[in-house]
Amino acid sequence: MANNHIGPKRLVVGAHYGMRDWLAQRITAVVMALYTVILLLAFLTGNTSSYETWAGLFSNQWFKIATFVTFLSLFYHAWVGMRDVWMDYVTVSVGLRLVFQVATILWLIGCAGWAAQIIWRM
Amino acid sequence: MSEAVKKNRRKYGVMSFAQTVHYRLPLAGIVSILHRISGMLMFLLLPFVLYLMDKSLTSEISFEYFKGYVSHPLVKLAILGLVWAYLHHFSAGIRHLLMDLHMGLDKDSGRKSSVAVFAVSLPLTLLVALKLFGAF
Repeated sequence: MANNHIGPKRLVVGAHYGMRDWLAQRITAVVMALYTVILLLAFLTGNTSSYETWAGLFSNQWFKIATFVTFLSLFYHAWVGMRDVWMDYVTVSVGLRLVFQVATILWLIGCAGWAAQIIWRM
Repeated sequence: MSEAVKKNRRKYGVMSFAQTVHYRLPLAGIVSILHRISGMLMFLLLPFVLYLMDKSLTSEISFEYFKGYVSHPLVKLAILGLVWAYLHHFSAGIRHLLMDLHMGLDKDSGRKSSVAVFAVSLPLTLLVALKLFGAF
């Protein structure tokens, strides 16, 4: 790797996770939009009306994976969004903001576990 | 940092909630704050969505329970709230993505695209409301 600590190209500021999260939020949004289209097609072709067809849809391995990937995208997307909200409005104390941010992460990890259980118990 | 420098620095926080009520937002601003509110609403109701998904998939018996549960008016109202949040967040999100591609950045098209967001999200929400509460 090139040495970034010296010379005109040296990195002067930041950890650069801002750009990474910004981009991740957009990419995960597109993933969720695509999954919405799949779900909408399933709905319009009547594959969600009875238990047989609805559970049948989830018996496909590709659909399980697509659902799980979408959920993970949602959790990353929600983390970036909620972190933005806490950074914007919880300005009175850094400690309090940390509490909210940790609670957000724990909440999302809990939801991820539940989602995995629902998808692969089938 | 020396004490003298610290003393002269005034702390600016975010505006108080009482101040925000008097602050007249342009339409694009309303779309923006509703994007936040709808996102937070969906974040908070994630367990509710997972609960519905769980009940609808576990077994035929739980599917029947699910059908009974979602026929309750209050549950229908919660679902309608989620549907509105999803539709608004989705269309306002598409608007954001287009703006990231430098489309419609000026004030005039910003207002027009805000109108478009409501023109998509509100009629579709109404349609779902009519369907949910059995108008057709």
